[in-house]
Amino acid sequence: MSYDTIVVGGGLVGAAIARGLCKLGEKVLVLDEGDVAFRASRGNFGLVWVQSKGDGMPEYARWSRHSADVWPEFSQDLLEETGIDTAYHKAGGAHLCLSEEAWERQSALIKRMHNVHGAAEYGAVMIERKELDTMLPGLGPDVVGASWSPHDGHASPLYLLRALHDSIARSGGEYRAEARVEGIAKEGSGYRVTTRAGSFSGAKVVLAAGLGNRSLGPLVGLEVPVFPQKGQILVTERTEMKFSMPTLFVRQTDEGSFLLGDSHEDAGFDLTSRPGIMADIATRAIRSFPFLKNLRLIRSWAALRVMSPDGFPIYQQSESHPGVFSVNCHSGVTLAGAHARTLAPMIARGRLEEPMSAFSRKRLHVQAH
Amino acid sequence: MKACDLAIIGAGPAGMAAATEAANAGLSVIVLDEQPAPGGQIYRAIETVPEERRKILGPDYAHGAGIAQAFRNCGATYIPEATVWNINPDLSIDYSRHGGSAQVSAKHLLIATGAVERPTPLPGWTLPGVTTAGALQILLKAHGGVGDDVVLVGSGPLLYLLAQQMIAAGKPPKAIVETIDRERYIKAARHLPRALAGFGYLRKGLSMMRQIRQAGVPRFSGAHDIRIEGVHRAEAVVFSVGGKAHRIETTSVALHQGVVPNQQATRLLGCDHAWNESQRCFVPKLDVFLESSIENVFVAGDGAGIAGAKSAAMRGRLAALRVAQKLGHSNGADIRALQADLKRDEAVRPFLEALYAPSRDILQPADETIVCRCEEVTAGAIRRAVDLGAPGPNQVKSFLRSGMGPCQGRMCGLAVSAIIAERRKEEPEAIGYYRLRPPLKPLLLSELAQLEPEATRSEPL
Amino acid sequence: MFKRIKATETPRVSFSFEGQPIEASTGDTVASALMLSGQTHFRNTPISQSERGPFCMMGVCFECLVEIDGIPNRQACMIPVREGMVVRRQKGAIGVETE
Repeated sequence: MSYDTIVVGGGLVGAAIARGLCKLGEKVLVLDEGDVAFRASRGNFGLVWVQSKGDGMPEYARWSRHSADVWPEFSQDLLEETGIDTAYHKAGGAHLCLSEEAWERQSALIKRMHNVHGAAEYGAVMIERKELDTMLPGLGPDVVGASWSPHDGHASPLYLLRALHDSIARSGGEYRAEARVEGIAKEGSGYRVTTRAGSFSGAKVVLAAGLGNRSLGPLVGLEVPVFPQKGQILVTERTEMKFSMPTLFVRQTDEGSFLLGDSHEDAGFDLTSRPGIMADIATRAIRSFPFLKNLRLIRSWAALRVMSPDGFPIYQQSESHPGVFSVNCHSGVTLAGAHARTLAPMIARGRLEEPMSAFSRKRLHVQAH
Repeated sequence: MKACDLAIIGAGPAGMAAATEAANAGLSVIVLDEQPAPGGQIYRAIETVPEERRKILGPDYAHGAGIAQAFRNCGATYIPEATVWNINPDLSIDYSRHGGSAQVSAKHLLIATGAVERPTPLPGWTLPGVTTAGALQILLKAHGGVGDDVVLVGSGPLLYLLAQQMIAAGKPPKAIVETIDRERYIKAARHLPRALAGFGYLRKGLSMMRQIRQAGVPRFSGAHDIRIEGVHRAEAVVFSVGGKAHRIETTSVALHQGVVPNQQATRLLGCDHAWNESQRCFVPKLDVFLESSIENVFVAGDGAGIAGAKSAAMRGRLAALRVAQKLGHSNGADIRALQADLKRDEAVRPFLEALYAPSRDILQPADETIVCRCEEVTAGAIRRAVDLGAPGPNQVKSFLRSGMGPCQGRMCGLAVSAIIAERRKEEPEAIGYYRLRPPLKPLLLSELAQLEPEATRSEPL
Repeated sequence: MFKRIKATETPRVSFSFEGQPIEASTGDTVASALMLSGQTHFRNTPISQSERGPFCMMGVCFECLVEIDGIPNRQACMIPVREGMVVRRQKGAIGVETE
């Protein structure tokens, strides 16, 4: 039994690519770890976010925007195929500024981003408090204003993941959990992937194992310099629906819960929830929307973001192992559309095309070691 | 922040006995408990119960009064109405009390949070009027209330104890619908010789059965395909026995399939757990002194594996003595004797566990039965998620939101793991359980915001 | 129907549920007082709006949620009754005041 492509990793990145490959008629196998693993997908905040992505890397800015552009149709396709609604709302998104200093800094960023996007009609603007009040109810006195982009939105990472897996299954793709990859070796013109659950042959291999790519890459001639960055997120009890528009740190889900996020901690592989950090998140959320103080926290979680040294994604193909790719990013929701619809066809054709060359880790050669 | 040698979570028999033992040994002890008065669920309202009600509840219940009194007098710091919402790896404990959050820090921690009722998913179990058997017992113990048409459904000693207490209160149950079949008696009989060491328990059991018979309470054995009918509330229990259909009208159905350790705190801390096939539940892995896989974290009472109130108090004392020994406050002389007493007291357990093993009806509910009550997730949806590849309860939770509601999986966790295990044809041990994170109980964001924050971003907002 | 073994064991407390007066005993929780006055329907779920009432009576199931003195989603089985409390059913998801 041989597959066209073996995708290593069943999170949002791997599943989106696998789904794209399945739709192109490929025979796909997704290999995944067990029930408890460092799953960044389960810890995603759920933004489809463009406005601040790619400061310093125009290709990433445009890639994020491209993904946001294809998201509506991508989400609709998933709904029609699987009956699962990803809860995507392209309602625009606001980055609240809680001080004059933050407003100045954000204004400067938005100005830079206009140049980054160039002719692509960036669309983000700074919105002063008075106008912001007509867009978002319940703002706190500290809120000076916000940057806002019509391309931003949000979706449920959990429903998205389920829809992707459902679509993969419906398209004849195979999924194996408890199949942590232990080896990858050349076999004829393809590869043999050895796992805890047996070994499998495929013409192509996509490494989409998040932090796991760091150790898998060298097996196939790829260097993947990624490291963990902890993020904690809080969830409140369900409330009546009031907000369709997300902000960078507070959004209301389709269930009615508010999601409050998220911290950025360099804590290695530690997943402990720290009350001091939870307090910081709660404080910031209450400053943004004081009514939140009367809501109860019912869940929280900590997850590990997959970060690169410059914070931008890494996409690469192996020179020594043709047909082997690695994919790493920390925006598995935002980029799901691009991964399924644009990246997957390149992988099916066997090579990364423009604009992907900019995302090789070679851009990092100075910092990497 | 208050500091102590030993922090105890839970003021039931294990927590009270441990506090008394530790304080007597000279340790500084803080006891946190969610209820306004000591006793836990087994000795609920033990300090205030009127004489008449105490008689109804029987001598085993009344025994708790002495434990509570010793606890009150032992010198431990007792903090009632304290809801623990987080335990940190350094054994500091965050708790909420009267609308504010506070912290205690401890050198050693004893988790004495007892048991919860096993999830009992069956059709209609979410209807108002359907409760656990424990709920009706609490209503009787703490509030002197009893129903006049209660139907007890399931399996386990608590059903008969509750029936006996209701008879004593003058309101016998309308019927007892038992899920135990003949095969169980045969299986359990193998354990009888060992159980004879716990003859006191067997004698009490036989006496309860006799009283129930004398009161003329109808009993149905080997019931299956049980469902509760009703539109806005429970109206009837419907079931089959040996191919014959039965329907009993009632406004109050009390379900019971035994109790299981409350795993919330030990799971939050990341203690290792093992599947206990005889008790059909996860139990924290403990050494012979009740210390868990995490150093200085002990577990006593039913949270350490179901063994009843008497064992709970002994286990509490054992853990306290061990902590005292570690701190040089005790030579540990009594430890061996306590371990022997515990072994004797637990001799009856394998017999009870074999006889009252949970019914297949609730371990493998029909597809349309709700399993996660909070998020209204059915058994069928869980099976479909497994078919989609979900290897365990945490991926099922991500896919379906089961266990994400305010009860934090307390009411569905074991049922979800059992359904996944059956579907994947694996043992529950391999399937595992929900991963738990703070808060253990819902907490107002305003309370959380009062804590000392740790900055997590380099730039001010 | 649930009844007290003895009619008046302790001093009385009165409060209201859905605007109806309820007589309770001191030492009652909101849940026990309501159960002993014949109430079974405490809340509607935020998902299907289905009716629910107390299930565990020990603070673990969150089925007995009610609104007490304007504060939503409170566990009726964990809260002692107080004179003059205003208790209402918890009807689905809670409201938020953004004004």
